[in-house]
Amino acid sequence: MIPELGHFAIIIALLLAITQAVLPLVGAQRGNLTLMAVARPAAQGQFVFLIIAYACLVYSFLVNDFTVENVARNSFSQLPEVYRITASWGSHEGSLLVWVLMLAFWGAAVSVFSRHLPDDMVARVIGVMGLISIGFIAFLLLTSNPFDRMIPPPPDGRDMNPLLQDWGMIIHPPMLYMGYVGFAVAFSFAIAALISGRLDAAWARWSRPWTTVAWAFLTLGIVLGSWWAYRELGWGGWWFWDPTENASFMPWLAGTALIHSLAVSEKRGAFKAWTVLLALTTFSLSLLGTFLVRSGVLSSVHAFATDPARGAFILGFLAVVIGGSLILYAWRAPKMVTGGAFNWFSREAMLLANNVVLLAAMGAVLLGTLYPLLMDALGMGKISVGPPYFNAVFVPLMAPALFLLGVGPLTRWKGESLPDMVTRLKWALAVAVVTGFALPFTLEGFNPWATLGFFLAIWITLSVLIGFRERLKHGARLSSLPRTFWGMQLAHFGLAWGIAGMTLVANYEQEKDVRMNVGDHTTLAGYTFTFKGTTEHDGPNYRAARGTVEVSRDGKLLNTLHPEKRIYNASGMPMTEAAVDYSFTSDIYVALGEPLDDEAKTWAVRVYHKPFINWMWYGATLMILGGFLAASDRRYRIAVKKLEAPAGAVARGA
Amino acid sequence: MKRWIPLVLFAVLVGFFAKGLFLNPREVPSPFIGKPAPTFTLPVVGAAERTFSPEEMKGKVWLLNVWAPWCVSCRQEHEVLMSLVRERELAIVGLNWKDKKREAEQLLDQQGNPYVAVPDDLSGKTGIDYGVTGTPETYVIDKSGVIQMKHVGPITPEIWEKKFEPKLKELGA
Repeated sequence: MIPELGHFAIIIALLLAITQAVLPLVGAQRGNLTLMAVARPAAQGQFVFLIIAYACLVYSFLVNDFTVENVARNSFSQLPEVYRITASWGSHEGSLLVWVLMLAFWGAAVSVFSRHLPDDMVARVIGVMGLISIGFIAFLLLTSNPFDRMIPPPPDGRDMNPLLQDWGMIIHPPMLYMGYVGFAVAFSFAIAALISGRLDAAWARWSRPWTTVAWAFLTLGIVLGSWWAYRELGWGGWWFWDPTENASFMPWLAGTALIHSLAVSEKRGAFKAWTVLLALTTFSLSLLGTFLVRSGVLSSVHAFATDPARGAFILGFLAVVIGGSLILYAWRAPKMVTGGAFNWFSREAMLLANNVVLLAAMGAVLLGTLYPLLMDALGMGKISVGPPYFNAVFVPLMAPALFLLGVGPLTRWKGESLPDMVTRLKWALAVAVVTGFALPFTLEGFNPWATLGFFLAIWITLSVLIGFRERLKHGARLSSLPRTFWGMQLAHFGLAWGIAGMTLVANYEQEKDVRMNVGDHTTLAGYTFTFKGTTEHDGPNYRAARGTVEVSRDGKLLNTLHPEKRIYNASGMPMTEAAVDYSFTSDIYVALGEPLDDEAKTWAVRVYHKPFINWMWYGATLMILGGFLAASDRRYRIAVKKLEAPAGAVARGA
Repeated sequence: MKRWIPLVLFAVLVGFFAKGLFLNPREVPSPFIGKPAPTFTLPVVGAAERTFSPEEMKGKVWLLNVWAPWCVSCRQEHEVLMSLVRERELAIVGLNWKDKKREAEQLLDQQGNPYVAVPDDLSGKTGIDYGVTGTPETYVIDKSGVIQMKHVGPITPEIWEKKFEPKLKELGA
């Protein structure tokens, strides 16, 4: 009964999505206020019915209703309750339901937080979001119904993939989807502006907070995924350039470019066509990511379904949405007048450089991700593109962009004098260069990659400090600085912090694979690891060999770690559960390999010392907070009439 | 005309995706199926004086698993192979592919060795003879030395049950 209710709720949501798309769009074209007024209640109604559907799905998982195929395939009677809830988005069908639920959430959010926008704009934005909803709900109902029954039911479920039974996975997918889907708002604003032909500074200002919030969620999702991979895959790596990671990283790069180019469009009215194209591109990449992951065209540890019907549906949908929006763009592009001339050395030029580099990096990732597919489609054989390609291309592309990041925010709009800038930054540059070179010598001697990383981290940090100092010198108080300024500086500093962490961990991590008998010890990075043997340990849905490893330094016991080797009952899949001692300056990471004798006394043990890896997560957290802070700036909430005049050229809080 | 560029680029991409949908990244139609397994003689990892050649396996149904210590999915597969050989009699030969850093011996010592022999294909030439596209890949070779099946990608317990188990039964392993 409950699953049928859920199915029914999805159908009602589809009908509401059709209403939400058709009536307001027609109304906006005809200037009919009654039709336009349908937008808000329809969007909110769609959200409510999708919540009901989703609640039904979670309920089916919680009560172990194995007559529902989705539950039988992805859950298990012994699965702990919290994972039964997360299993609801662990499957293809469930994750799509979360996708449309998020989309409806954003639609409802626009309907609530748009009081200051003109009616026809709201109607068009919500209408376009309704169109996207129609496509995805239809996909859900036609090819991937999460409530399909399986009668007679199997005696027990097949269990959730043990890799996903981790608390990092509890919130990673929803956050990632919040980001992916959130770019639908920027996309809809761009389409609405293209339809109405009103591509002005106001359009850019309305899009900015939505884009920034979506970006912050996407950042959070990506970081949680990376953190999960680090803890759960047992190899101590945190980024693998896996196609699915790339699928989330591409919209992130494009979204980052979009945030910056929206600033120019808002403040200076320049790059409008480019900004619109970026808004379309960013969401298109989200859709592309969905296609790549869901259709199984690329083999990946994450790929869920290899069902050609699903792939064909998403591809068709992709073609309609992206193709349609690009046709609209090409048709409307001549109407977009770009205003505001600028010098080669100005804030505009810096942001343009930022955009070019970010998009080039995105293109490189796209090429690397699709290259195997392209070669295969051309009949040129099967190949794979690995981390060496991405590292070789990505680092040289990003390094100059990160250098400019130190200059850009201090540059004036329209034009800036180079000698002036040199005077303002020469000390920062000198300090960054000297420390960048000196730091590696205090560690392990000359290392050009470490120097580059330290230089960039220090350079950006100093530039952030100079930004604050110059603002304060001009009479501002810390408390009176706008949140957009704080947000930007926080995000930039977070990036610098993250770069420092990445540099340290990439260049100075140590690992050791050792064979250990009970009582054996080994040393790494000054720590002594003593293996105390393993004990049998029963989890709720797995059996584990639980190792005990004592970590000590200079004869003093620091911590006792318990890495596990688990066998999951339902799937029989072996899993390595690493044990990590987290601290501000380093992680000590211990993983059990294989037992090397029959009595399981001797084990292969992997120990890692990861200096400052936490700094990456801290830095990313600041970037996310910066995003939310900037999006909450009060000037985005001021009613439309007061801001109809072009924004002042003196404003500097991009 | 500039404004049509994004659309044209996108159309080209869609063309590729449409084609890609009907290709299975895991299923490589190997021209080697039904043909005798290419022969080779290679030194064996961990046994300096020994060599291995497929002729030694005549009369047995066996698996040729192409792996490498640098390959991440091979490590996942390694655990599955270990549990397979613990449960049953199974002749898996592990072709150690392009192990430039010479890590295979140490790795097998520490993590366990599921293989009956580990021929060392340092140059990667033997892999090319077999049409290896990446690691891991597994070939099923019958009693008369003919390749009967090829699997691309790591073996999971599920794939083993669905794909290998029936094939091995059919071949009388």
